[in-house]
Amino acid sequence: MNFLRFMLGCFKIITRGGRIYYSCLFFLFILIVWGAMGYYQQLQVGLIMTNMRDSVSWGFYIGNFTFLVGVAAAAVMLVIPAYIYDWKPIKEIVIFGEILAICAVIMSICFIVVDIGNPLRFWHMLPFVGTMNFPDSILSWDFFVLFTYFLINIIVVTHLLYKQFSKKEYNKSFILPMVLLSIPAAIAIHTVTAFLYNALPARPYWNSALLAPRFLTTAFCSGPAVLILLFQVLRKTTKFEIKDEVIFTIAELMVYAMFIYLFFTISEFFKEFYSNTEHIVYWKYLLLGVAKNREIAVYSWASIIMGFSAFLLFLIPRTRKNLVTLNIGAVLIYFSVYLEKGITLIIPGFTPDVQGQYYFYVPSEIEIRTAVMIFSAGALLFTFISKIAIAILFEGFSIESLEKKSTIKLKNETAPL
Amino acid sequence: MQKKDENNTRREFLKKLPVLAIGAAALSGCNSEELDEFFQQNFKTLSKAEKAEIIKNLEKKYSEKYGKEFKVSAKPATEGILFGYALDLSRCIGCRKCVYACVKENNQSRDPQIHWIQVLQMEKNRGIDLAHADIHYNPEQVPEEGHFYMPVQCQQCRNPQCTTVCPTKATWQDEDGIVVVDYNWCIGCRYCMAACPYGARHFNWGEPNVPIEEINPDTHYLGNRPRTNGVVEKCTFCIQRVREGKYPACVEICPTGSRKFGNLLDPNSEIRYILENKRVLVFKEELNTQPKFYYFFGV
Repeated sequence: MNFLRFMLGCFKIITRGGRIYYSCLFFLFILIVWGAMGYYQQLQVGLIMTNMRDSVSWGFYIGNFTFLVGVAAAAVMLVIPAYIYDWKPIKEIVIFGEILAICAVIMSICFIVVDIGNPLRFWHMLPFVGTMNFPDSILSWDFFVLFTYFLINIIVVTHLLYKQFSKKEYNKSFILPMVLLSIPAAIAIHTVTAFLYNALPARPYWNSALLAPRFLTTAFCSGPAVLILLFQVLRKTTKFEIKDEVIFTIAELMVYAMFIYLFFTISEFFKEFYSNTEHIVYWKYLLLGVAKNREIAVYSWASIIMGFSAFLLFLIPRTRKNLVTLNIGAVLIYFSVYLEKGITLIIPGFTPDVQGQYYFYVPSEIEIRTAVMIFSAGALLFTFISKIAIAILFEGFSIESLEKKSTIKLKNETAPL
Repeated sequence: MQKKDENNTRREFLKKLPVLAIGAAALSGCNSEELDEFFQQNFKTLSKAEKAEIIKNLEKKYSEKYGKEFKVSAKPATEGILFGYALDLSRCIGCRKCVYACVKENNQSRDPQIHWIQVLQMEKNRGIDLAHADIHYNPEQVPEEGHFYMPVQCQQCRNPQCTTVCPTKATWQDEDGIVVVDYNWCIGCRYCMAACPYGARHFNWGEPNVPIEEINPDTHYLGNRPRTNGVVEKCTFCIQRVREGKYPACVEICPTGSRKFGNLLDPNSEIRYILENKRVLVFKEELNTQPKFYYFFGV
């Protein structure tokens, strides 16, 4: 009964809000419907509605999957410094980081589902009911770690929130090991995702030991960027308190990550261009394009320029410690990493293909619409869960508040009698 | 007390409602055959009787669909046979007759077009150099001055990475060395295509399309039976032919005799003669895939 009332209360919370809130919901809803209509065409006709073909057999969907795994991983990796530096609202940082992680994991799984040719056969890769190729296939590993990670996060978040809701102290000896476990799990999901690509000798562009370390550093740029912005919004609109210093420290940690990422990338560039083997073709396509085909080069330069500007903004103390320039930097680095993971990581791996042939891939309208559907649905989910969390944490939505309300209601109802 | 019980049953019923609704909706959309197909397990894990049942149903289904008697074989590998292939680079003229014989024999989709064999045109003064290879050559007459031709199809690796990466074990190497796909088990993730260094795997991006009058009804479950949208397919050395003792279609059609095929375990086979007396090479040997498809220079 309590649970039912809790759900009812949650429903009330997510359906109530100001004008801005409603227009946001409406906007997301329109995007979801528009995207879903595109995805429906893909379901009807097949993946031929995408621009992927045998030469470039993975594209925008798998790129988005990779990016979102990074966001999911990094949201929780922020717990490490929060724990070490003993930032004050650590519980809140953990909760919002993990909510972001939960939504990002769901979105990344959605991108896998829309990418496969027979989504209804998804159960074939599960253990027991299907024939999971464990431990041979890295994809089965990836599924395993993503699922574990998802489980840990959902348990921690619901436990913390539900205890707060029922006005009880949370079980520290249970939660602390779970939170600590979620950190290596976060590293694991992104490492295993990098291993998906990097151990394929057929694709020299990915076949570099630096791929997994590069993944982790980019994740440490994009994930905290989202959280920096989110914390400021929360600070403005709720009772959530976070000091400027904490935000600046996060930014400082991001600079280290960006610097290491830059260093890794330069190392990779140097090795490829100076040794100038036959594998240089992928890098040339990435940075210069082939003949008049510069589709990917545009994105990669946009990513490089945005990433480098963000690095400068974060590196210079005066711009790092100014919330306006800091936020510009956070947005820049987020989109820089998005383009890097979404477009310039996957596609040049297939261009030219293993037979040396060029097929110039850019996402089709259907692919973009499907991606918009997943991102909007993810944003909607994140909004709803965060709103409930905010209500519980800062607005006194609790078991007592519900009981009070029901007694008031009862009084009102009995009054006319 | 009574009232409570009543409440419970009603609640129980209400709880079950969505499940029932989803189940009913799902069922109304398909008949029992489709359901059986949906719940069919990995072909490799099935018993002989189950396989026979599936084959029987498939033959009936295809015969009805295409209006001619269909044979779907499930003949397993024969002990003592390991198939090997050799292709004479100095004789191949790049006529692509093998490509189209393969399409016809193996019921490859015409539109969207799928070719299991690709012929690469290369420049003589560069040797085997993919960066300067052209797959779309289209002159009046082949061979063209200054060029040689290298057909590429599944190399039937001894160490195939495509089967290792498959998350569902939908593709595997059979005992006679042929790498096969269970089209009913493949989820279409295309990880195998990313892993294959030869571009030998092809995906049904749309509904495959073979004209009814051109369909080959003599099929194998793991080979040329009609495929569906969203699954991966590949060269199987014409499993439906070679397991019956015939040559693959591409070997038979080749007008220059560039294509040789046989049992690697038989010391008197033609393929063993070539390995013994000609110098052979394997494509991308640095990747340690160990193909059973050899290239050689006959003249």
